[in-house]
Amino acid sequence: MTMPVSIAALPSRVAANGFALGSAAMVLLLAVAPFIGVYPVFLMKALCFALFACAFNLLLGFGGLLSFGHAMFLGTAGYLAAHAAKVWGFPPELAILTGTAASAALGVVVGGLAIRRQGIYFAMITLAIAQMVYFFYLQTPFTHGEDGIQSVPRGKLLGVLDLTNTLTMYYVVLAIFFGAFLLIYRTVHSPFGQVLKAIRENEPRAISLGYNADRYKLLAFVLSAALSGLAGATKAIVFQLASLTDVYWTMSGEVVLMTLLGGMGTIFGPVVGAFVIIGLENYLAGFGEWVTVITGAIFVVCVLAFRRGIVGELAAWWAKRK
Amino acid sequence: MTEIFGVPTQALFGQLLIGLINGAFYAMLSLGLAVIFGLLNIINFTHGALYMMGAFCAWFLLQYLGVGYWWALLLAPLAIGAFGVIIERTMLARLYKLDHLYGLLLTFGLALIIQGLFRNQFGSSGLPYQMPDVLSGGLNLGFMFLPKYRAWVIVASLAICLSTWYVIERTKLGAYLRAGTENPALVQAFGINVPRMITLTYGFGVALAAFAGVMAAPIYQVNPLMGADLIIVVFAVVVIGGMGSILGSIITGFGLGVIEGLTKVFYPEASNTVIFVIMVIVLILRPAGLFGRER
Repeated sequence: MTMPVSIAALPSRVAANGFALGSAAMVLLLAVAPFIGVYPVFLMKALCFALFACAFNLLLGFGGLLSFGHAMFLGTAGYLAAHAAKVWGFPPELAILTGTAASAALGVVVGGLAIRRQGIYFAMITLAIAQMVYFFYLQTPFTHGEDGIQSVPRGKLLGVLDLTNTLTMYYVVLAIFFGAFLLIYRTVHSPFGQVLKAIRENEPRAISLGYNADRYKLLAFVLSAALSGLAGATKAIVFQLASLTDVYWTMSGEVVLMTLLGGMGTIFGPVVGAFVIIGLENYLAGFGEWVTVITGAIFVVCVLAFRRGIVGELAAWWAKRK
Repeated sequence: MTEIFGVPTQALFGQLLIGLINGAFYAMLSLGLAVIFGLLNIINFTHGALYMMGAFCAWFLLQYLGVGYWWALLLAPLAIGAFGVIIERTMLARLYKLDHLYGLLLTFGLALIIQGLFRNQFGSSGLPYQMPDVLSGGLNLGFMFLPKYRAWVIVASLAICLSTWYVIERTKLGAYLRAGTENPALVQAFGINVPRMITLTYGFGVALAAFAGVMAAPIYQVNPLMGADLIIVVFAVVVIGGMGSILGSIITGFGLGVIEGLTKVFYPEASNTVIFVIMVIVLILRPAGLFGRER
């Protein structure tokens, strides 16, 4: 049994180098992107969704839990951050923190309920609870129903950085995204992440080894909810808007699609998936319902022929070539 | 005017009736989901879209071929069921060896495609469907007014649900089906064509959704999104009932419809969410569902 250990040790060091190289290239590319003609507002949108997809992937790709209601965390944080910034006059960093904390708290409640069932039921329960949350926001007065919370002030970050400047806002978003991205990478490769993978592969065995599977799953769920919330809160400050779109079930489906297309269980996959999908939606904005049809078609193609996703297929191709 | 708990009886019985109607649809749809899940281990997210296609099929038949409601009640389930068989043969059949979640994702994608195509074609406003003359009008029961069509929906859906229950629980075909649910490999070894059984089961579940769609056409407007939100409620119904029992699905469906109707009378703000709240309570008290067993 020594072989698997040595085999496993080598690629992980290669993978760590690959990660350092890959993430450095990614940040560099993103940092110069506004100067080579990419519209910063598009980039900010894509980055918020990339963060959302990465947080979702933490749960699905590494914990094996398919939540079909993740929009509730994106939307909750968006509403809370927007409300805090606009009505309570919070500075942006506190508003974002408020939103993130709200989503984490919601994650504790929803996760505690949903992990009572497994597999397909887990997906249905999260979807149903998310629908309940949607109806709550539809009816409660502070969200202003169909109008949403509009013209949320961006304010000054820490009282110094004026976020009304688009480029400043962009680099703040990039910093938030990259910080969360590193946190996710660190989590996946920590002992906690390894136990999570063990539970995904064989839950009864992990339990028999003395791990409290439910506690690990709940912690992963809450972390994923909090980071999704961070994405939602940032998005609300960037676009100065929190609306029902972000809590509706179509949004939950979208984040599944981004992760699936980019590559479930890969670190860079969700980022790639988010950029492709947001780019596609931008491009197809004038074609009405065809966006839904194409989204559905990508789902079908991914499931039938392309299950590893873009990054997963590339990695497999690379490994085969060597 | 008589009142119960400060609510006029007319309104109370009216909402009870609407609750029973909604319950009939929950029952038919969750029954189809449970039958499909039993054998295929797939949660059919396309179910809502197929229900919508059933309604549209009836509308097409009337609009372009002059085929009326009663024939539509037979032809639409057959047509949509055949469509389901094609989906199963060409796509779902490739996924049985994989994680069940892929089935959910695939059917979700299919639902998006179908709903998107129909919305492109018909927009999002509803199309009216004339109910058959025999069933228009209503009966005055003294304490309330009972539209004939609504009574028909309740009776017909009960009949279809109970015959499904009878076929699965009391006939030889049903015995094969239940055996296939428990252990497909062993049933196959006895010389029963399990893949064909799976295909036909999916077709049947889909036909049931289409049947519900035709029944819904005269009540609700025929609308490309009529199944989209409904399917999420039906998922909650399925979680509450558990998918182990056919009779359980039927009872849960009707029961939740009635509870939802009553909520509209006594606390209208919660009528959208009451089923989800019940789901949460059931999850806390009895995680496997009211009629379910852990599997």
